[in-house]
Amino acid sequence: MKPAPFQYHRPADVAEALELLAGLDEAKVLAGGQSLVPLMNFRLASPAHLVDISRLAELADVEVTGGGVRVGAAVTHSELIAHGAANQVCPLLGRALRFVAHEVVRNRGTVCGSLAHADPSGELTAVLALLEGEVSLASRRGERTVAAADFFVGHLQSACEEDELVTSALFPRLPARSTFVEVARRHGDYAMCGAAAAVQVAGDGTIAGARLAYISMAPFPVVVDVGEVVTGRAQSEVDAAGLYDLVTSAVDPRDDIHASAGYRRHLAGILAGRAIAEAAA
Amino acid sequence: MNAEPTGTAGTEPTSTVTLRVNGQSRSLRLPDRRLLSDALRHDLGLTGTHVGCEHGVCGCCTVLVDGRPQRSCLVFAVAADDRDITTVEGLATADGGELHPVQQAFGECHGLQCGFCTPGFLMVTAALLARVPDPDEDTISEAIAGNLCRCTGYVNIRAAVRRAADLACGPRAAGE
Repeated sequence: MKPAPFQYHRPADVAEALELLAGLDEAKVLAGGQSLVPLMNFRLASPAHLVDISRLAELADVEVTGGGVRVGAAVTHSELIAHGAANQVCPLLGRALRFVAHEVVRNRGTVCGSLAHADPSGELTAVLALLEGEVSLASRRGERTVAAADFFVGHLQSACEEDELVTSALFPRLPARSTFVEVARRHGDYAMCGAAAAVQVAGDGTIAGARLAYISMAPFPVVVDVGEVVTGRAQSEVDAAGLYDLVTSAVDPRDDIHASAGYRRHLAGILAGRAIAEAAA
Repeated sequence: MNAEPTGTAGTEPTSTVTLRVNGQSRSLRLPDRRLLSDALRHDLGLTGTHVGCEHGVCGCCTVLVDGRPQRSCLVFAVAADDRDITTVEGLATADGGELHPVQQAFGECHGLQCGFCTPGFLMVTAALLARVPDPDEDTISEAIAGNLCRCTGYVNIRAAVRRAADLACGPRAAGE
């Protein structure tokens, strides 16, 4: 289908973008559009105005510091995958980004756009949640920073208000080993279950702590601390049944056309074992 | 807004858009909501770009934007203003002279049956080989994974991508 009519705006800088968002009724931010345009083509969304921020130089940077990786709102998935320094500080980013749709979509879709879209199966939502990152928002009213735990509020709903623009997201450096695993019908499809994992490994090779962040289990990412069943053991001696039981009782997925709730819960338990093994290896 | 019929081009917001398509600069007055896929097909008459699902799943409408493959059904033409667009018409030499190695390979390997999905496959393959001249099997599968074909079963398509790489690398690499 074709989208409903709307007026397109290409502000020259962030200040003008914020003016537009403050002054226009029914305006949406357009960055890569890889989630928004399908919704508009189906007419599930029909904003009256689009404010295109994709060319704003102020939003185009990936800033890598010892503390983590700050990703500007115009940075595409492909640009972040190709960013060597960012992946050195935060290898989990690259591992998760490979599961985001296909390259053709990653070439245009943005990292911050994925977060703002707040899809329950969006891989980066779990990465931000696991790393306890934050999202920076700006509006004419001022700027604020929202922690990952408060940013994802519901199905396709984030804390970003209508007049606000996500300007960047901060993915903190993780002092742990990490990985991302998921199960989808086909690679690139929406995950039936996916998990980001962080595992602390002690000097003697035993696990000192582990956390998982799940997608597709709830309207927002679900973080599960599995330290109680894995701490003090070598990776090869992890109590797989105990880990499975802990995770499957901690998540509460729903049925949909892609998978039953029971199957999704089962996947969460299985992927916990895989993720811990892969991260700790 | 939702109820407006589609024949309201005279009253809805429009913009002047300059697209550089296959090396030629074209300026158009277009409704803001015009998809790049429709601008190419309807406004520029370049019907080689096919439109399948119109929500970014099938890959038929893939074109190169500044050299990178993108879904033209998920890009508004106005948002592609001043960008370099390459469509399937831009692969062969001008006037339909010599086929691009990717086109030749798809023909040789029967990498198509009905041909509807073919322009998308040609574009992702051309982009892949520009970046990775000698791709392995996994890289080939990953590159074409976002394109759906309902006829071939992909075996011949994968062979065609491999053949295209050999053709582009010259006779030595092609093992001739």
